Amino acid sequence: MTVSPAKPEGLSELDRPNSYIGKIVPRPNLERLMQGRGLYVSDVELPRMGHVVFLRSPYAHAKIVGIDATEAGRMPGIHAIVTGEQLSSVITPWVGVLSHLKGLKSAPQHAIAIDRVCWQGEAVAAVVAIGRAVAEDAAEIVKVEYQELDPVADMRTALDPETPVIHPCLGDNLAFERSLDAGRVDAAFADSDKVVEANFIFGRHTGVTLEPRAVVADWNAAEARLTIYQGTQAPHMVQNIAALHLGLEDAQVRVVCKDVGGSFGIKVHIYADEMATYALSKLLRRPIKFVADRIESFNTDIHARDHRCWGRIGVNRDGTITAFEIDDLTGIGPYSMYPRTSAIEANQVVNLVGGPYVTKNYRARARVVFQNKNVMCQYRAVGHPIACSVTEGLVDLAAAKIGRDPVEVRRHNLIADDAYPCTSPSGLRFEQLSHHAAMNKLIAMMDYDALRAEQAALRKRNIHRGIGIANFIEVTNPSAAFYGVGGARISSQDGVAVRLDAQGSVICQTSITEQGQGSESLTAQIVGSVLGVSMERVRVILGDTDNTPYGGGTWASRGAGIGGEAALQAAKILRKNVLDVAAAILQSSPGELDIANNVVVNANDGSPRIELRELARIVYFRPDTLPPGIQPELMATRHFVPREYPFAFTNGVQASWLEVDTDTGFVKLLRHWVVEDCGTIINPQLVDEQIRGGVVQGLGAALFEKCIYDERGQLTNANMADYLVPMSGEMPDIDVGHVVSPTLETELGAKGAGEAGTAGAAAAVANAVNDALRPFGAIITEIPLTPQVILTALGRI
Amino acid sequence: MPISLKVNGERIEALVLPRLNLADFLREHLKLTGTHVGCEHGVCGACTVRVDGEIVRSCLMLAVQMHGASVETIEGLSDSGEVADLQAAFRERNALQCGFCTPGMLIAAQDLLKQNSEPDRERIRQHLSGNYCRCTGYQAIIDAVENTARARMGRQS
Repeated sequence: MTVSPAKPEGLSELDRPNSYIGKIVPRPNLERLMQGRGLYVSDVELPRMGHVVFLRSPYAHAKIVGIDATEAGRMPGIHAIVTGEQLSSVITPWVGVLSHLKGLKSAPQHAIAIDRVCWQGEAVAAVVAIGRAVAEDAAEIVKVEYQELDPVADMRTALDPETPVIHPCLGDNLAFERSLDAGRVDAAFADSDKVVEANFIFGRHTGVTLEPRAVVADWNAAEARLTIYQGTQAPHMVQNIAALHLGLEDAQVRVVCKDVGGSFGIKVHIYADEMATYALSKLLRRPIKFVADRIESFNTDIHARDHRCWGRIGVNRDGTITAFEIDDLTGIGPYSMYPRTSAIEANQVVNLVGGPYVTKNYRARARVVFQNKNVMCQYRAVGHPIACSVTEGLVDLAAAKIGRDPVEVRRHNLIADDAYPCTSPSGLRFEQLSHHAAMNKLIAMMDYDALRAEQAALRKRNIHRGIGIANFIEVTNPSAAFYGVGGARISSQDGVAVRLDAQGSVICQTSITEQGQGSESLTAQIVGSVLGVSMERVRVILGDTDNTPYGGGTWASRGAGIGGEAALQAAKILRKNVLDVAAAILQSSPGELDIANNVVVNANDGSPRIELRELARIVYFRPDTLPPGIQPELMATRHFVPREYPFAFTNGVQASWLEVDTDTGFVKLLRHWVVEDCGTIINPQLVDEQIRGGVVQGLGAALFEKCIYDERGQLTNANMADYLVPMSGEMPDIDVGHVVSPTLETELGAKGAGEAGTAGAAAAVANAVNDALRPFGAIITEIPLTPQVILTALGRI
Repeated sequence: MPISLKVNGERIEALVLPRLNLADFLREHLKLTGTHVGCEHGVCGACTVRVDGEIVRSCLMLAVQMHGASVETIEGLSDSGEVADLQAAFRERNALQCGFCTPGMLIAAQDLLKQNSEPDRERIRQHLSGNYCRCTGYQAIIDAVENTARARMGRQS
């Protein structure tokens, strides 16, 4: 860290009054949320605002024969009832493909379905009224005549010749396929002492943000400008897409993102009903509000992780892993999502399997198929839980096969901590990872040997506890390689503008966004540290395309690493500018001055020279008193994008300790440990809580969460009583530790931490359940691990 | 239908439709948007408020049932200072991320602390197990409630 060039004698950089980097400081503005005085999109009201309710298809696949809204349209309070055909006069359809995902195809998708619906929940008409209840009343009497078509429900038969092709124009139901063959896979398997294989099955699940997706779109016909209030992770992306499809310039669209009630990747996409809401505002020339209800959330928020992945691993008796091979199949619904596409998760699985390990022999195939279910796309830790569960499941199977301890086998095969930089068989470039240091720390934290002893003792009493370990790598700080190179107008750079106001406080505008991760806090911490200004005097503005620099937003664990670096660089420039002015005022030189605690001080002894408040007063109100020729510049802007590495990979390892009730099939989570390495830690508390929250999302996937579809493509558990999410009663305490390997690509050195928890939690739990069930000879490679799955594996039902 | 009730200590007279639920009444009629709507079927706990001292899911109550009742929302509990120490503990422990569950979580936690001044972690986890939080993983919330209980005990002794 070199953010504080001068320091008073005897104080380390971290001891300076305003050195916030690496320290636990409370997030600014929590009070607003705790007092119920935040402003979520669902709270926004505008004059003349209409409320839209979407009439949605009850069928997974059907032809729309006719829509009769005559009677409904006559009801009092109804502004309009709009079909897909009518809405298409103001908004164009889209196709969710990117050119770097070679061969990816999809069909044009409309904001509201025209002629045909392709999943249960696709909107067929919009009812706009003075209130939501009024619109819902009218929606009930809109008559839609459907002719049901055969749905494609099962991904396993989606490519069979006898299965209907959902989009005949595409020729088949294959959206995307990728193959990879690295090293000498066949020879490696042939030469292995043992080869183990398994089929891994992952339940389709979804994000269940507590605040459903919500949009208020306000087309001001007089200004010819659209203001979109939306809880989105990527305001500039929304601006661009809305403008593109409404026939506007970006400058005619403003996206405002206030408080967001959870996102996790759910709110980083462009949904058809959101597009319809923008278009309705333009069509009807008034503000329109859409708030999804919970059933709509289950039926239309992107789903994720519906994968079936065959895998095999070769291993020698000494524990050396010789090769990995996988064949992954996933069903993404009827369309590739826009604009990020639905091929990324499978692509990530191919990239990440085997990632922590040395072997260079790796073969993979991934196929992505269309089906008549809700769309799937990127949700927290995209692809990581699949890749990690397959890899770590296979490693445990291999260890069991050769009768060795799973930790020992991992240590034998993890890439050495001094082997970096290096490249994976799938071409991933690792700058610096720390698998062994992380494993050592984890083993110490959990007291592995003691747990093994406890496990053995309890087994004698017919208590079945298990330990599961899962190593992982994590994609963070994505460069343009993620989306930009494929033609998506999704920025990989971020910008920060910092200025000193007229009272010496700091206003900071950043293009990253806040959904609770602490973007605001980390920005203020960095800016305060660099400038020598106390955090309470730094105000951070984000989430407004009119009032922030252009940038990507907060997703894929990029906020701290990319937006944080931009903040650091902008603050450095402002610091220099402040010291230049201070030197002129004080007849000193910038090198002899420093800033600490909101005061310009002597660099050598810290004695105060001029308060920032006074400096700002002079600059803004009495510039006539400055020496001739001085033009102060108390605002600085910097942008940053990673250029050396396409992604800043991080790593970590998780462990689960749990008990399986072999009579009921219930799993009790007793403890969970995580050690991860996100480089420089800006705020340890925020990182730890990101990880804990991520772990619990992974635990939900491991034990509870599954969108259950029937053979007609009907989602049968679209409510929170039947779709189980983790609640406080079932969750364990989670211990988090860190290894710190800063990225050298930035001065800040921060990598991301948002995916780490979710990446490995399910794998650790699945391995622990299998470890617990070892005396029974049962092996389960399916999640969620419901009592039914466990009892079936035990032969009890 | 006409109803007369107290909300955060203020007398309110209102005309409401029989089907209007309490959550929508608070949010849409009284603009008390601190009461959040997450699932609208009584599972997530985001709409938790206090009615005559007892916590309820305001999405499962009708506004007309509130005739003669006293309703307290997060805005009222914040202004009265009743949960100030709990809020401070949440801030210290970063026990909220997106904050959408937080008003309901605070009201449910305060309910527990009124019934049981020294709950252990298991009891806290149980009491809050009807309040869904997708962000935190719950541990920080449990810590914050536990810390508040300890601090209140300390003040009493």
